[in-house]
Amino acid sequence: MDNMNANIIEQIPRLRRYARALTGDSHSADDLVQDTLERAWSKLYMWRRGSDLRAWMFSIMHNTFINHIRKNKIVTVSMDEDVLEVPTRATQEDDLHMRDLTSAISKLGYEYREVVLLIGLEQMSYEEVAKILGIPMGTVMSRLSRGREKLRTLMAGESAPVLRRVK
Amino acid sequence: MSKQSKQLSEEKLHAYVDGRLDVAHRAEVEAWLKQNPADAARVEDYRQQNDMLQALYNPVLKEPIPLQMHPQARHRSYALPLRYAAMVGGMVLSGILGWSLHSNVEQNSQQPVMAMVNRAALAHVVYTPEVLHPVEVTNEQEEQLTKWLSKRLGNNIRAPHLTGAGYELLGGRLLPGNQGPVAQFMYQDARGMRLTLYISSKMAGKGDASFRYAKEGKIGVFYWIDEDLGYALSGELAKPDLLNVANAVYQGLNQ
Repeated sequence: MDNMNANIIEQIPRLRRYARALTGDSHSADDLVQDTLERAWSKLYMWRRGSDLRAWMFSIMHNTFINHIRKNKIVTVSMDEDVLEVPTRATQEDDLHMRDLTSAISKLGYEYREVVLLIGLEQMSYEEVAKILGIPMGTVMSRLSRGREKLRTLMAGESAPVLRRVK
Repeated sequence: MSKQSKQLSEEKLHAYVDGRLDVAHRAEVEAWLKQNPADAARVEDYRQQNDMLQALYNPVLKEPIPLQMHPQARHRSYALPLRYAAMVGGMVLSGILGWSLHSNVEQNSQQPVMAMVNRAALAHVVYTPEVLHPVEVTNEQEEQLTKWLSKRLGNNIRAPHLTGAGYELLGGRLLPGNQGPVAQFMYQDARGMRLTLYISSKMAGKGDASFRYAKEGKIGVFYWIDEDLGYALSGELAKPDLLNVANAVYQGLNQ
């Protein structure tokens, strides 16, 4: 058990990093991590020894995140809401640019946000992300592509509507 | 796909951004980007997104893990999750965690003190079993450590030397307390037995300098207030042995 404790503790910093980016504030983020940990503990018997503990915990966090959204514990925009508000940038300074990024992420539908963050921040492979979110690879790729382009548009402060590409 | 391909797939472009292509495919994408500045600009922007995400959120990795996230905290809180219990207040929490208090002083004035004792014991349980990172800053950087902690606690923080009592300083860490940051120093004797000294500021008027004792399970805690600092020495020692060390701590601090 002690070994398992250590293995789970080892995952906490990355879960917190991802949660912080996902929710945009440290309070909701730690709430999300805490609930994820409690679920992980109660479902530990379901974890297959030798399989990837990190991926398993991230998928629990994904489910917990969706639950929090449903319970309105986290306010977020959904995939189909159009992003109308466009940030205006006064200067090119780096920290402002960073602030733009946080605000742009918060305007991204959570389905895109998860994919963009798991890949861009957590550096996971596309296969891992598909597994964690329980979606096909093709969906991962299309969400990544749309998500990144939306972020780019938001950051550039270009005018909406955002990416109305018809296939 | 030849280098003359009319279209670069989105998939390949993103795989390039994320460094997930082999050499041959990478060369292919690079050739394409030279001819297609619009795609090259996108690649540049997407890469910047990744870099900025890392720059913004990597510092979270270095933040100390909140106490209530430790499995030990979970096991200790039994039915009621610690974070809810903590809201109810120090005395109730002490009851839940099974503290037996020997003092009969007024409850009101004791609340912040018992909250401190409680967190000290919890921090002891959480950090003493750590093999790799029992402390944040080791004794090799003692001067920087005490300087840093003094600055963060807004008080003159010192790590007393307990060599006379048979304990060597391992180092220390900064922890979140009930009323701002607190310091924890860890000591170890020749057998590997570890003690922790927990120091909390802003305790002025909350108690007196006499030693008091509390115990939970195997962990004993001697605690006292001196000026505006609260001290709690925790260890799995018999009460008289722990008292000896507490005396050494007190003397070390008042030299």
